[in-house]
Amino acid sequence: MEKLTPAKDRLLKSKNNWMDGELRGKVLVLLCAVIMISATISITIFLGTKGLQSFIKNGVSLLEFLTSTHWNPTNQAKPEYGALPFIFGSFAVTFLAALIAAPLGIGGAIFMTEIAPSWGRKILQPIIELLVGIPSVVYGFIGLTVLVPFIREHVGGLGFSLLSGMIVLSIMILPTIATIATDAISSLPNSLREGSYALGATRWQTIRKVLIPAALPSLLTAIVLGMARAFGEALAVQMVIGNVRNLPSSILDASATLTTIITLNMGHTTYGSVENNTLWSMGLILLVMSFAFILLIRYLSSRRKM
Amino acid sequence: MKSKTADRLATGVFIAIAIIIISILVGLFSYILVNGLKHISWEFLTTPSSNIRAGGGIRDQLFNSFYILLITMIIAVPLGIGGGIYMAEYAKPGKVTDIIRSCIEVLASLPSIVIGMFGLLMFVNITGWGYTILGGALALTVFNLPVIVRVSEDSIRSVPRDLKEASLALGITHWHTIKTVLLPSAFPSILTGIILAAGRVFGEAAALLFTAGLSTPRLDYGNWNPFSAQSPLNIFRPAETLAVHIWSVNTQGLIPDVEEVSNGSAAVLVISVLLFNLLARWIGRLIHKKITATK
Repeated sequence: MEKLTPAKDRLLKSKNNWMDGELRGKVLVLLCAVIMISATISITIFLGTKGLQSFIKNGVSLLEFLTSTHWNPTNQAKPEYGALPFIFGSFAVTFLAALIAAPLGIGGAIFMTEIAPSWGRKILQPIIELLVGIPSVVYGFIGLTVLVPFIREHVGGLGFSLLSGMIVLSIMILPTIATIATDAISSLPNSLREGSYALGATRWQTIRKVLIPAALPSLLTAIVLGMARAFGEALAVQMVIGNVRNLPSSILDASATLTTIITLNMGHTTYGSVENNTLWSMGLILLVMSFAFILLIRYLSSRRKM
Repeated sequence: MKSKTADRLATGVFIAIAIIIISILVGLFSYILVNGLKHISWEFLTTPSSNIRAGGGIRDQLFNSFYILLITMIIAVPLGIGGGIYMAEYAKPGKVTDIIRSCIEVLASLPSIVIGMFGLLMFVNITGWGYTILGGALALTVFNLPVIVRVSEDSIRSVPRDLKEASLALGITHWHTIKTVLLPSAFPSILTGIILAAGRVFGEAAALLFTAGLSTPRLDYGNWNPFSAQSPLNIFRPAETLAVHIWSVNTQGLIPDVEEVSNGSAAVLVISVLLFNLLARWIGRLIHKKITATK
């Protein structure tokens, strides 16, 4: 005969089990969240300490690193660690790429939401999603085989130039800008449009005087996010920009960015050497810039809420 | 009359912009496919690559890409879904949640090269593993985690409230509700998000340069012992993926047929990513149909 346990015990027991599962589940998902926090913190701390080593341990002057244009770490007698050309290169390609991609992206967004909301969106939306999907090395490779020779023959210079980097990057960040701008404009209340049309405004007047100002913080967020992506992009730029250590004097000159110098030299410098440590310092600049972009986006979205 | 012409002009400009965007995409795709498909053959996909001679294939790189993707997903998906559940169900509005949210935001906006450098420091130098598949997969996990967390959180949040409340009203505990009600109904959109993320991981190169390395040892595909150095399954061996291969043959390669190899590889890469996208859409639509019983 089976031994019967009183109903009270059974219920208590099952309740116990349930509470166990409840606790286990909560701990499990909490652990996942903790891992995320610790990953972020450890990235900041590790890259921070490693990036500061060249200044603290190797005695590279921070001022020289940020302002000197002479980069010659392999010179035995008098090594120079001026990273300004790369910092300048990074900012230059980022801004130039945004300069092309922002009008195209926002224009595309306006086309999708205002000019041809039905079929325009059906065509452009998947196209933009496909553009996001193309890996960055493929952009770099096409830049290298198509864009660089084209610029060399038809525009001038070597082809490896700021111009090539800027074109490749602008195509890469175009989908980011277009997607966010589309969301921003289509989420504007319809009463804005109708009010403007009811006053007799044309479509262009509505777009220019009503919709763009109303969506401006979100549009700026879109541009900043695109710039953040451009600033951190490494391989595609590295393949087309030429990687020289001089400050470029025109957009047809070859140049280098922080990411491209890291990509090129990280592999063949000795871990722990001064040159290697300065590369980590450049990585730290990238990290700091990515924090700066986040703060900028936060500021913009706080403006949007008001 | 003047504002009318301005309006027409502006409309023309916007249409021109749309045409530019469309032609960029069409140009890119036709270039990749026209130039690449010529070089894709069974032989190209199944011969090992060569460092000096022409005629090398991409067998190992292709395998490595899928293998690293698999390992990354094995690590990142449980973590990401767990994080998503926490954010959607347990996190109370407050300081801690704000901090976690900022962490996700920071992780999501880190440049991939920075994640690669962190991987180099953490999984290559400090652990002393050298360039390994595992190190690459862990770096890609960092890169991928915020995406999966966001997708899971959004999907779980968009499950109708009634379902959750009905389950809780039946006396089922919170965790059990999550397991049996929320996750299954959020599953289609989570899956779609994960496949899209997989496409991104598949094409990623910068984070892998310094973590999984630029070389592959000679592999013996008959050797299935995951601890043997020649085994393709060994996770402690260096592995060059397809995306990294395209970069390395173009920047430091010595082979004479750089362009053929990279054209072929680029086409394989783009087609794979395209397939990931189509698969995600197809699965999403299929499950949506099943659940909502629409035609």
